[in-house]
Amino acid sequence: MENIETGQLIKLTVNEQSKEIYVRNSETLLHTLREKLGLMGVKPGCYNGDCGSCTVLIDGIPINACHILSVEAVGYQIMTIEGLKDQTIPEEFIKNWAIQCGYCTPGFILNSYALVQNNPDADDAAIDEWLESNICRCTGYQEIKESVKNILNVKR
Amino acid sequence: MIPIDFEYHRPKAITDAIKIYQALTADNKDTVYYGGGTELISRSRLNEITPQAIIDLKNIPECNTFKREAGQIVIGSTVSLTAIADTPLFPLLSNVVRSIAFRTARNKITIGGNLAGDTFYREAILPLLLSDSKVVLAGGKGIRQVEIHEIVGKGMKLAKDEFIVQILINEKYTKYPYFNHKTTKQSKVNYPIVSLASIKVDDRIRIAFSGVCPFPFRLREIEDIMNNSAESPGERARKVIDLLPSAILNDMHASREYREFVLKQSLCKLLEHVERRVS
Ligand SMILES: Cc1cc2nc3c(=O)[nH]c(=O)nc-3n(C[C@H](O)[C@H](O)[C@@H](O)COP(=O)(O)OP(=O)(O)OC[C@H]3O[C@@H](n4cnc5c(N)ncnc54)[C@H](O)[C@@H]3O)c2cc1C
Ligand code: FES
Ligand code: FES
Repeated sequence: MENIETGQLIKLTVNEQSKEIYVRNSETLLHTLREKLGLMGVKPGCYNGDCGSCTVLIDGIPINACHILSVEAVGYQIMTIEGLKDQTIPEEFIKNWAIQCGYCTPGFILNSYALVQNNPDADDAAIDEWLESNICRCTGYQEIKESVKNILNVKR
Repeated sequence: MIPIDFEYHRPKAITDAIKIYQALTADNKDTVYYGGGTELISRSRLNEITPQAIIDLKNIPECNTFKREAGQIVIGSTVSLTAIADTPLFPLLSNVVRSIAFRTARNKITIGGNLAGDTFYREAILPLLLSDSKVVLAGGKGIRQVEIHEIVGKGMKLAKDEFIVQILINEKYTKYPYFNHKTTKQSKVNYPIVSLASIKVDDRIRIAFSGVCPFPFRLREIEDIMNNSAESPGERARKVIDLLPSAILNDMHASREYREFVLKQSLCKLLEHVERRVS
């Protein structure tokens, strides 16, 4: 039987760059991105899929990096906050004071970016449905939602 | 960090998945099928389970199908809850799965994982019980089709080497009037204290429950009581309590007494909705 090892050399596409890395099969993408690729914008919180601070985009879809194995991510485009070229959302967050301690911010920004890309006609209910995936312990929810609404309004 | 090591296999065909499972277990390796992996990753991280090999089903085309075909809705087991919520081929199922976890988690959670998972709730089962769905299973004995009622009990009654390939829903069930209601402890996103789903078929209410007992269920005796419109909603709700298939759950989300209270309220709400709609 092929692949009887518990680790393997894999190729990941992260922020449009191809990276060859040796990973344990049981390694989460959160671990690989931070500890092997130095992408510290992927924030660990609960390690349990509950808080959204480790959100990354996999082919443009928000996924908690603590709930995906690195071996599962082979063949997909992975985007972390470091790879976000479009600064519209970060700038809008700053303008609206949607950042306090900033710990949840990368996760919220990537989730908001995916929302704007995938659902430009999002109404209030859809915005709530997307944003409820992320926890902000500084409770900046209103300012974050305002930022997303402003961006959607400009786009329309 | 997951403190154990395992082999990772990602077959592209049903037959390959079964062959890999058989080879691994012949080698005495504790092997599990893997859908979204959210539960398997969490439980492995906590050392609650220690699989030696996992078989990821996401590259098997039959497991990824999601379509309407020949009078049926066909849902592959690795289809994500988000895909089901966003594509209302069966509106009640879309509504129920939209209340499970939150969107980013639903992007990864699969319907097969929710059905076969180790939680008390497994809410996606409710619309499938109501619509007498069929389930396609694959394992050492080949591929077989069973009624959902045959495999849903206190856990999923699958043979060790079997996995869920697809769920088949007769399209007629997607057109009946429906109702669903989920009560959580505090925040909108949480496990259910009580989650009810219901459809009305030929003037008869069908109801399935999650969160009340340590497993989801649908019982004919309860439906008989609920359909007796000679009695008031409150009276019917009181009688349902005596017919529950196990003691009501009593945990950090809600005490037994509070769950019972919420269940009665939810049943009355359901009857009000259904009977007002008809009259
Ligand atoms: C934040 C969060 C909130 C949640 N809230 C709810 C809730 O409100 N209500 C609710 O019902 N659930 C809830 N859940 C539980 C969730 O729906 C399931 O436990 C889900 O995590 C499992 O889906 P998965 O695809 O990730 O499964 P996996 O982790 O891949 O597998 C789970 C189990 O199912 C088995 N399995 C997976 N696919 C198959 C298959 N095709 N055939 C046979 N066996 C299979 C695996 O071997 C394993 O034992 C929540 C989960 C999270 C992370
Ligand atoms: S660390 Fe991944 S969701 Fe909390
Ligand atoms: S800004 Fe501090 S957690 Fe959100």
